[in-house]
Formats: sequence, structure tokens, C-alpha cells
Amino acid sequence: MNIVVLLKQTPDTESVIRIAPDGQSIVTQDLKWIINPYDEFAVEAALRLKEKHGGTVTIVSWGPQRVVESIRTALAMGADKGVLLDDDTLDGGDSLGVARALAAVVQALQPDIVLCGSRAVDYDLAQRGPMVAELLGWPHLGLAVSLDSDGSSVTIERPIEGGKVTMHASLPALVTMGGSHAVWNPRYASLPGIMKAKKKPLEMKKLGDYGLSAEECGAPAAKIRMVSLEMPPERKPGRIIDDGLDTEGKAAALVKALHEEAKVI
Amino acid sequence: MADCVVSVAEFRAGNFRRVSFEVASEARKVADALNVPLYGIAVGAGVGDKAKELGWYGVDKVFVADDPALEHYVPELYVPVIASIIERWNPAAVLLPASVDGKDLSARLAARLQTGLAQDCIQVVCDGGAVKAKRPIFAGKCLAWCEWAQGALPMISCRPNVMDCKDADATRQADVEKVAVDLPEARSKVLGVELDTTGKVELTEAEIIVSGGRGMKAAENFVILEQLAKELGAAVGASRAAVDAGWRPHSDQVGQTGKVVNPNLYIAVGISGAIQHLAGMGSSKYIVAVNKDPEAPIFTKADYGIVEDLFKFIPAFTEEVRKLKSTC
Repeated sequence: MNIVVLLKQTPDTESVIRIAPDGQSIVTQDLKWIINPYDEFAVEAALRLKEKHGGTVTIVSWGPQRVVESIRTALAMGADKGVLLDDDTLDGGDSLGVARALAAVVQALQPDIVLCGSRAVDYDLAQRGPMVAELLGWPHLGLAVSLDSDGSSVTIERPIEGGKVTMHASLPALVTMGGSHAVWNPRYASLPGIMKAKKKPLEMKKLGDYGLSAEECGAPAAKIRMVSLEMPPERKPGRIIDDGLDTEGKAAALVKALHEEAKVI
Repeated sequence: MADCVVSVAEFRAGNFRRVSFEVASEARKVADALNVPLYGIAVGAGVGDKAKELGWYGVDKVFVADDPALEHYVPELYVPVIASIIERWNPAAVLLPASVDGKDLSARLAARLQTGLAQDCIQVVCDGGAVKAKRPIFAGKCLAWCEWAQGALPMISCRPNVMDCKDADATRQADVEKVAVDLPEARSKVLGVELDTTGKVELTEAEIIVSGGRGMKAAENFVILEQLAKELGAAVGASRAAVDAGWRPHSDQVGQTGKVVNPNLYIAVGISGAIQHLAGMGSSKYIVAVNKDPEAPIFTKADYGIVEDLFKFIPAFTEEVRKLKSTC
């Protein structure tokens, strides 16, 4: 089975986010970069498919050279090769522009299945997977918390509000990953894995290698852009309910506050 | 010239989901600002007479794609059906629900319509005829205003529970037009749907959430939170620590790798308040923290803090809530 994972590098979820002086972007200096957790679930799911069906796992990513480290991490987990689209012209692109570029890379690789996170923990755009599938004319199954394949089709479960849906598609198809660390339990890279990863093939590509340019994928093609950022309103300081009360007294005081002041119960 | 605003509804198991009415209410404001009619789109199986309900929330005309094959959300079917209705018009904006299915649908639909999507928005404004939308990024650690390029169709998915919903006006009539459904061949399908019938409240739509963390110590201890939640009509959430420990299902996880919630009241019990968790619940209207460690970061976000052993406090609090409810 020929498997592709679309992987994005994001700031660590522990990062404190600050707005840059331009008011339109965040300060990236001093950020620690990680594989987007939902894409890490995709790597884990891809490796499990490979263990069952054989084949190769190719990691496809985009961004500057710092992304190499994240691709190498996925290779150390057990993926076979990587492709990094390192092209400055993608910088001003919107989700659709990036999706066009990724769809072109996928088309060149001719996989049976593409896996990626349902969203990335940086801009929470939640668009990459469904857009790539639409551009390829493939079915997609979203927000998988389980994934099974017989080699010619794929079945997933996806949680919806107040329930769970089981979906099925014939291959080739794209699946976006939901769930959590507890669901996918992505493996750690072993020391031998890390050594091997250094020798695994990692290709550097430009948009031109796929017959694309800024006109399709970059700033000139962008239909939407972030024009300004702001911090969420500060919460006004709260109070500790104590007043020397015992447990029952505090419980009664809290109920009173929530009922009479906040009016939420 | 733009000739309408479009709001897309979500129809499931015989009813519109509430977020559909929130989206219609918000879209009505945009349509009024631009002085164009509001068209609604309802896709599903057995929509029938229900379509008129969208009119109660400000939709002028509803286009209904009603077909047994559309009973469940299948992106390959829903996207072309909705796109073909939108393409009849030159909308100033398309608003959709940022529900689980809605976010997935919106993304694929934006690629189909070759336009830009602002996902999970919390505010929409019309600024001199141009539509702008505000959305949280980094799970709410920061907020971004989005604008569209000249000539691009603004697509906006709206976070549930945030936009003001009009009061239903049952005297308000909407025209309803049934659309001939031309379904493409699809390679994907729904095999089964299991709906929770226990009346459990969904986290992202809950007015009150009681959430437990590492301080709960064991799966069985969550029973005290469930008892409290039952008294309050609340949903039960959990921190990543509690989910990773296997005490709660992943669907209960609140935080940056989990659900972002915005209830009226969030009660954090035995949760220290890691930055990832605070990002997921920081926009709650009121926050209560119960923790025996007075230094826990959660207290910096809390409107009301209780420094107590949760195993003593929560039963006492539940009892007080019960007393209050019995007198109301």
C-alpha cells in the first residue's frame, strides 16, 4: 500500500503566542516547533497500515528548512521517505493555494491513501484534507478515531455531536484524523530509528517542479487573508471564596454567587 | 452585484440542529446591512414541512434538497448539491455552521467554489459593504480578523453557541422551493450511525460544563462530577491528563488538542490549568476552579475559586445546588 501523510509543522502547544509588531502575524522567534499532533496521529495510522499491508509511507510537508527536523522525526518513527515543498512563494498563499500545491505533490506520488490531521493546532483552519480531496476528485472521510483497511477500501469511525458515524470509501481516498493522544498513542522514535532516518531519502521541491507558480498557490491566488490579530480580552480578576467558612459554608456561598451575581445557575 | 446572502442549515434525524438558527440569525444581519434577501439551503432526508422553520429566524426563501440518499452527511454528495444551489446566485456571503460536519463540509465546499473560508468564526461585520470575520487561532490564544480579496465569495462557518439567535417568529413566512437533486456517483458512504440516547449534553453546545482533571485520581471518582452535572443539566468534560490516564473517553477532552468550549459556566475540578487547557476553555463566560493547591494556574482565570479538597467540596456543593433547584 502506497501511503502519503500530509504533515504540518506547528508551534508546540505549550507555546505562549505573541503578536508581531506588524499586527498581522505572530512572533516566531524562540518558538519550539513540533509535528502538528493530529498529523502525528496520521503518521501513526499510516505506519499501522504499512505493518498490515506492506508498502511505503511518504511524508509530504511544506515550509522552510526547519521543517526538515519534523520530517526526520516522522522518518525515525518508521516512515520511508519525505518530500519538502520549500518555496517562499507559498508564504502568502491561503488554504486553497496550499491545498493546490499538496494535491499536485499527491498526484505525482499516486498513493492509495492519503492521511492528514483534521486540523492543525496553530491556525485551526481545518481545511487542508477536504480541500485536497476535492481538488483530486477523491472521497474523503473526516475526523477518524479508528481506521481499518482491507487494501482496496477504508472504513473509519467519526464522532459527531451526540453520536458516532461509521463511514466507508473505496481507495484511493483521503482520511483526516481526529481523536487524541489517548486514541492513537503515536509511537516514539527509537534510537535505531533515529539513526536510520538520517539516511532515508528526503527530496526538496519547488512549486515549479509540479508546473505550479505563485499565480495558483501564492499571494496572488489568495482569496482570504488575515488582516489583523488581537489578543483575547483579559479576564477580570476573580475572587477566592473563603471568609473563614467551612466546606458546607463555601458550597453555599458559591451557589449563592452563581445564582445571584453571575445568574448562570 | 451581489444579489443575496446564503445561510446553510444542518438537518439531522428529522430536525434542524440549533446552530442552523444561529447561522440564519447572523446571516439575516449581514443581509440587512447589504440590503439583499437571505436565502437558506436545507439538505437532508425528510426535510419537508420543517423548511419553514428557517423563515422564523429570518430566511426569506429556502431551497430544499430532500432525498433519502442525503439522510447522512457524505461530503461527496453534499458538496455538489449545495454548490449547485449557491452557483445559481451571486451571494455577498455564505454562512454555515461550524459543527463537526459543518466544518468538514465548509472546507470541501470552499475548494469546490474556489474561494476562501474563514472557519469557526465568532463575529461577522459588514464594513462599508465588505464582509469581515473574526476567528480564534491557536485554540483561542489569539484572535484573527479575516478579509476577502476583491471579487472572492466570503465563506464563513460560525461557531455554535456564540452568535445571537433571534427569537423564533412563527408568523414570519418563507418561500420554500424544492430543488431537483442530481446526485453524482459516490465512492463513499455511511455504514451506520449510533446516536447517544442517554440524553448526554454535547460539550461544544453545553451551557454548563463540569470538568475533571488529574486531581480526580481515578475513573470511578468521576461519578461525583456526573452527579453534580445531573443537578445542573451540565456536560462532563476532562483535561488531557484525565483522558491520557484512561479515566474518560477522548470525546470529553477539553483543550488545544481536544474540544474548544464556550459555555456560560465552566467548573474546573482538580485541574491545575495547563496553557493548552486554558486555551480550550478560556472564553467561557464564568469559570469556577476547585483545587486544593492555591498556586494552581487555573485560579488566575477563575471568577470564583475554591481552595478545598474536591472530594469533600463537590458532594457539599452538589447538595447546595439540589437545595437551590428544589426551591426554584
